[in-house]
Amino acid sequence: MDSILSLRGIAREFVTRGRVVHALADLSLGVAPGEFLTIVGPSGCGKSTLLNLISGLLPPSAGEMHYGGAPIIGVNPAIGYVTQADNLYPWRTLRENVEFPLEVRGVGKAERRRRAVELIERVGLGGFEDHYPHELSGGMRQRGNIIRTLSYDPDVILMDEPFGPLDAQTRLILQDQLLHLWDAARKTIVFITHDLGEAVALADRVVVMTARPGRVKSICPVPIARPRDLFHIHDDEHFRRTYDRLWEDLESEVRRAAETWRTSS
Amino acid sequence: MADELLGRYAWLRLLAWRLGFGFAILLVWELAAGRLVDPFWFSSPLRILRHLVDWALEGSLFRHLLVTLRETFFGYALGGVSGIAVGVVLARLEFVAQVLDPFIVAANGIPRVALAPLFIIWFGIGELSKIILASTLVFFLTFYGTFSGLRAVEPAYKEIARVMGASERQIFAKVSLPAASPWIVAALKVGLPFALIGAIIGEFMAASRGLGYMIQLNTNQFDTTGAVSGILVLMLAVMFFNGFLNRLERYVLRWRPRERTAQARELQ
Repeated sequence: MDSILSLRGIAREFVTRGRVVHALADLSLGVAPGEFLTIVGPSGCGKSTLLNLISGLLPPSAGEMHYGGAPIIGVNPAIGYVTQADNLYPWRTLRENVEFPLEVRGVGKAERRRRAVELIERVGLGGFEDHYPHELSGGMRQRGNIIRTLSYDPDVILMDEPFGPLDAQTRLILQDQLLHLWDAARKTIVFITHDLGEAVALADRVVVMTARPGRVKSICPVPIARPRDLFHIHDDEHFRRTYDRLWEDLESEVRRAAETWRTSS
Repeated sequence: MADELLGRYAWLRLLAWRLGFGFAILLVWELAAGRLVDPFWFSSPLRILRHLVDWALEGSLFRHLLVTLRETFFGYALGGVSGIAVGVVLARLEFVAQVLDPFIVAANGIPRVALAPLFIIWFGIGELSKIILASTLVFFLTFYGTFSGLRAVEPAYKEIARVMGASERQIFAKVSLPAASPWIVAALKVGLPFALIGAIIGEFMAASRGLGYMIQLNTNQFDTTGAVSGILVLMLAVMFFNGFLNRLERYVLRWRPRERTAQARELQ
């Protein structure tokens, strides 16, 4: 497999309150171009750290990261990042937020506006272009957050539990929208979630991470045909089998993570 | 107060009550003067009104008012601009800010009234000494506002801008500055009355013109009507400029949730 993104022997440590915490240790992973990869793991296993490393915001303590064959040093404009908290700028309207990456690239006003409005309409937010983030619901803001990253067309999009704080129905609708957007653009997506069902429903492959220090425990392809019907996918035979198999891998890690908390507190 | 939130009728009602309250105070004062209290010490609304009219017709009211407003304005502008500029520079130069910190705290700790006589020695009894005095009061307010505001910018806002391809300069102009704008605007708002205080203190110390000078002069001559008239004019001036600043604030911070959050909640 020719990877667009390849990580080899990645480690990352933090020092907090004089103690060294090993967030990631010897993690290796390859992501194919156009792939939808989801990552699950117990809380605190370094999932978010992993995305911070790939985005170039943090340097790894050890190991190598390559994007399209070139080492990743610092932020890379070809790698977009949708963070967990919605970071829409409160002083910009929805449209101005979506335009932000185009604005800093010097794209002309009219073109910027056209692209922003098109994306806003595509995710069903038409009519809310001139609303400020505080005038939008959580689900609307998160959609804005995602299309802001899509607007400048990065090849790889990192997503850190983008639907985490949303209610079940909104999540389902946004997952469905995300799959449609992905299907249309065929970006490479690395998507972190704590929801195993979400991981299976969306992914080409699901990565299970170990408890801290995080490394790849197993990788499991999802043999469900696309386009997928997310609203009925739970009845799918493949969905259940993949889910059960992944849960077997994940369960022991979740228990181990819980053990660590108990002993450390 | 955001009047559009209240609706037209509610706004008129509020205005009527405010006017009524103000009128009631004046009425009580007027009735008490000469009966309960001696107008020689406390003057009375009608005396003040008569005095103000005379003063205005004679032309000295506007002459003195203009001097004070000029001092206030230039002091405010000088202090505001330099405060923002130094705040911006020090927010970027962490080490320099740490070195300077105790000196800034010490300088800000000086009671400005104590500096007024020195400023008059250094800058003369003309308008310059009042402008400088006013600007030192405004400077520290806007400096701290800008500095703290820029320091308090959510790091994630800047990181995500970097990921989206913004340069350091763009991050400053398009992220840090707007994120810090509520702090800066708040400091500018608080600073306005301080600029006036600076100008008036300066005029109290030594001056030959200005409303502060007039108030001082009248007080020294036991002309309470003259003194209170001057104070009243200052009050009205501050109210007027504050109204202007409120408008500016509403425009600059139009993105902030006001009492309208219920409407936003409605959407979710």
